[in-house]
Formats: sequence, structure tokens, C-alpha cells
Amino acid sequence: MQMNKIMKSFIIALPVVTMMACSSGPSEEELAAERNRLAQEQAQAEVEAAEAEAQRVKAEAVQRMKRQEEMVQQEMEALKNEQTVYFDFDRASIKPEFQRLLDKHAAFLVSNPNQNVVIEGHTDSRGTPEYNIALGERRAQAVETYMMNAGVSSSQISVVSYGEEKPAVMGSTEYAMAQNRRGVVVYR
Amino acid sequence: MKKLGIWIAFAATTVMLLSANAYATLEIVITEGVNSARPIGIVPFKWKGDGALPGDISDVIMADLTRSGKFNPITPNSMPQYPESAADVDYSAWANMGVDTVLVGTIEQDSANKYLVSYQLVDVLKGQLDGGQSQVLKDGKLVTSNSHVIVARQAVINDSDFRQYAHRISDIVYEKLTGVRGAFLTRIAYVIVRDRDTYEKPYQLVIADYDGENETRLLSSPEPLMSPVWSPDGEKLAYVSFENRRPQIFIQDIYTSERTAITDFPGINGSPSFSPDGKQLAMVLSKDGNPEIYIMDLATRNLRRITRNRAIDTEPSWLTDGSGLIFSSERGGKPQIYSVNLNSRKVRRITFVGEQNLGATLTPNGDEMVVVNQTNGNYHIAKQALDGSSPQVLTRTYLDESPSVAPNGSMIIYSTLHEGKQVLSLVSLDGRFKARLPAANGQVKSPSWSPFLF
Repeated sequence: MQMNKIMKSFIIALPVVTMMACSSGPSEEELAAERNRLAQEQAQAEVEAAEAEAQRVKAEAVQRMKRQEEMVQQEMEALKNEQTVYFDFDRASIKPEFQRLLDKHAAFLVSNPNQNVVIEGHTDSRGTPEYNIALGERRAQAVETYMMNAGVSSSQISVVSYGEEKPAVMGSTEYAMAQNRRGVVVYR
Repeated sequence: MKKLGIWIAFAATTVMLLSANAYATLEIVITEGVNSARPIGIVPFKWKGDGALPGDISDVIMADLTRSGKFNPITPNSMPQYPESAADVDYSAWANMGVDTVLVGTIEQDSANKYLVSYQLVDVLKGQLDGGQSQVLKDGKLVTSNSHVIVARQAVINDSDFRQYAHRISDIVYEKLTGVRGAFLTRIAYVIVRDRDTYEKPYQLVIADYDGENETRLLSSPEPLMSPVWSPDGEKLAYVSFENRRPQIFIQDIYTSERTAITDFPGINGSPSFSPDGKQLAMVLSKDGNPEIYIMDLATRNLRRITRNRAIDTEPSWLTDGSGLIFSSERGGKPQIYSVNLNSRKVRRITFVGEQNLGATLTPNGDEMVVVNQTNGNYHIAKQALDGSSPQVLTRTYLDESPSVAPNGSMIIYSTLHEGKQVLSLVSLDGRFKARLPAANGQVKSPSWSPFLF
């Protein structure tokens, strides 16, 4: 096989050599210029290739980062659809059915330590506004404590109580009141 | 139990035309208590000039006296006569209608935009007895006396002051006939919450005359506003604003609109209450973990912590002599009212009847308090002596909260739920007179009655 390749190159090279021999032939300067030009072109190509490679690597890096942010964003969007836990009348204890929801938020916050949340505490309209501010804070703190026990840093969480001032549902039906007794995990 | 449902329509149009930014969104519907009130004749004041009057006087006085719960002014249509001075009063005609007191008056043009208002309050029974010509011994001589004229006054007023002067006359009539200072020249502060989906700044802090007239907006915010209270001099309001997405207590001058954030602690900053001398502000802070009562010296901003326990302590209200506070606390389980002596720091429970007692406030004479009492799950306004005796429930409305007492101790304004909307309501301290102030637009809450302003 090796022999065959050498033979092939001879077959191509031979007429070229013959043609060059037939012409009057380039001068020594022309040959030097030609070599120079080829060398320059090659150097240019190498630079371009290197740049292209750098560009490609960079573009990929940017894309990868974007994809990661998107995943965080998507995860957050998913969490935002499940940001509310509800409480019983005059109570501030986390009901078992909301533990999984809070676990998800806690896991997300543990793996994204730069992400902060505000936990809002709300009440229904029974009782006085001032007492409800206190009760709302107790609810928000219950959520905060749960998340901290699940490993979230206290520096990531702040709480604010709105009492009965920001009802989710207007009115005083049992349904409205139940919807209003809530803690909300808000990403900022 | 009789619901009279009398609608009082205000003759507000003239006032509204005069001042562009003054308008009323509250209207008073008296629901109970007119039949037990004392009849009185408020004769329409005689206008002795040409053209239209710039304002009403007798209509405003009638509305004031009706709303006091103490008087039942007879309608002008049913009056036996329309006297313009005490001399014209036909005593027996009024006495036969069961009216023992008549107010008469005149209005004259004084100069451009100035009017002379004269009025006399006449004791019909006394006039009937002596024919208005009693003789008394004075400096050893018998002189004719007008003792049946309880009060006679006159004043020159501006065209823009008709309504205010009418309230002034109401104050005098009320004081002469009941012995208690009138509170018709007072204001209320309250919070309106408009529809949060359509208003960019749905939370509004407003003040209005006690009857809902001349409503003026002090502040609008996208975030909640709470707990307005008046300084004892009637110049400032303290309130809680969430405008920075956390609660802060502000003090605002109502005349200059100048405002200062006076607290910005982590957690709750709430429930402000001025000391009787106006130098200190009691408040609730949860910066140390849970809601506790503090007192801030307003000059130095120094804080004194008053309560210390793991339960909720909130809603401080000063004793009238400034020696202590009453407040709501959960230290015994459910919220009840306690008092604390600021010298000895001794705490005493003072409510024992009802599942919960909340939001206590002292009456001006200082020996009774008004509370939100929860019994059988219902929240009603009640009054109770400070000695721990039994409360007297005053209201039958739904989800009552935020009671505030008029500076003369005659009436309580509070927030309640009526047909699914938060509205302000009035109840007299004896529980006999009841009225509702439905708002034209939005929920109305957190009323606070001003001190005497004059």
C-alpha cells in the first residue's frame, strides 16, 4: 500500500516538473515572494481558525450558562405556582399536607444560596387588625422555622406580616376566610 | 329593636361646588334609636337677603342633633309655625306637639361674602309658664328677664363657613341641653381600600368632618396603610405604612403634609398610640422575636420596653392620666385585656367575660373602656368598667373592630362588615343609637375620632 501511494505521487508530480522545466521559470525573487505569500496566508488562516475556535468555545460557554439560568428560572416558576400554605382558624402550625411544598422550596433555596425569599403571613378578617398583624407574623415565622429546619440559611429568609390587610379573596364566606389564612413564599 | 332606617340626605351640593377637592363619600344611615330621643324644633333660619344662600345652617344642625342620638328634630313640614326670633314663638303650639325646646334664627347679608347669623334657643315650657316676661329681682329692683331664652348669640361668618358655623351652633345647643360638650366640630381619620385590581394605589388615608363631609386624602399607597391615630393636639396623625414593603410607623402633620418615618425595626412596627401629653408614643415591635409593647420618647426617640413574655402583646392604649396602659395579651391563652402600671410595671388582667377581648380603648372620662368582645364566635363592640366587671355588648353588627370614642364620650365609631363590605358604623355609649356610614366606593376601616379641635 505504501508503495502504491509513492507511485501515485510520482504520476502527479512528473508532469508538473516537466511543465516547470518547459517554461522560462520564475526568478529567485518571484519564488521568495510566493513562499512569503503562502506563509502569510497560512498564518492568517491559523489566526482565523484559532479565533473561530475561541469564538465557538465562548459561544458554547454562554449557551451553557443560559441553559442553567433557564433551569433555575423554570424551577422557580414551578415553585411560584405552589407558593401558598393555608392555616386553620387562629392557628399558626404548618399542616402536614403542606410539608412537601415547603420541602421543595427549601431544597431549591439550599441549592441556590444566593436566592432570597420573603415569607408573607396573612389572616382572615376575624379579630382586630392589630391582633391579626401579630397572628400573621406568627404564621410567617412558622414557615420560616420549617424552612430553616430543612437547611435553608436564615440570611435567605425574611418575614413580613400583612395581617388582614391583603386578602386573597374578598368577602367573609368560609371559603374566602380559608383562602385568606395563608403563608406565601415570595421570590424577590 | 325598631329599625327606623331613616336616610339623611345631606344638602352637600353647595359645599361641593364651593370647594373643588372637598367631597363626601360617606353618608349616614341611622338604623336605631331615634324614637327614644328628645324632640326638638330646629326652625329653618330666616334668610333676610336676596338670592340664594351659599350654605345651609338649620339642615346641618338638624342632622347633627339627630346623629347625636340624644335629639329627634321634628321635620319642618310638621312645625306649627316658623318663628324667626324668641318673641315670635307660640309656646303652647310647640308644647302641644311635645316639643319643649326650639331653635330660631336669622341670616342677613353683612357685606360682600359676609353674613350675620343670629340665633336663640328657647325653652318653650318656661316661656309658656311666664309668657316670656318673667320678672326677677336684680340689684334690689324687679326687672324683666328673658330667662326662657337659654342662649342668644350672633356672629358674622364667611360664605365658606356656613357648615362649620352650623356645627358650632349644634355644639352649643347640645352642651346647653345635655350638660356635655358637643363633638360636632371634630374629624375622623380612616383608611379606604379601593379595588386592588383597578387602582394603582388602592390604600388611602383620609380625614373627614365627623359627618363624612369634606373628605381629604392625606396619602395614597400601593401597599397597606393601617392604624391612624390622632395626636392629642389634633395636628398630627401617627399611622403604619407598608409602602416600603415592610411596616413602618409614620407621623404626619395633617396641615403641612410633612411626614417622618419614626420606626424601621425588623418585624412588626405597629399599633401606635400617643400619650395624653403627646410626648410619647406607645407601639408594638417584634424586633426581639415576638410582639411586645414599647414606649418611644418622641423627642429623643429612646425606647422603653414595657412587656416581656413569649405571648402576643399588642394594642396599647393609654390611661387618661398617662400613668399606665391597657393592652391585649395572649399570656393567658386567648387574647384578653390587661393593664400595666408604668411605674411599678405591675400587670393586671381586667377582662374575664367572653372568649376573647381585644382592641381596648379608654373613654374620655377614663373609668370605662370600649373593647371588641368575642362571645359565641361573634365579634361585637362592648363597654366595660376598668374594675373587671361585666361587659355590656353595644352592637349587633358583624365582625366589629377598631372602636374609637368621640372626645365627649357620647359615641363610638367602629368598622364592621355590612353586606360583604367593610363600613364604618356609629353606636352611642349607651347602645341605644346606631347608625351606619356606607361608603360610595371601596372598603372603609380603621376609624379614629379626633380630639376636640377648637
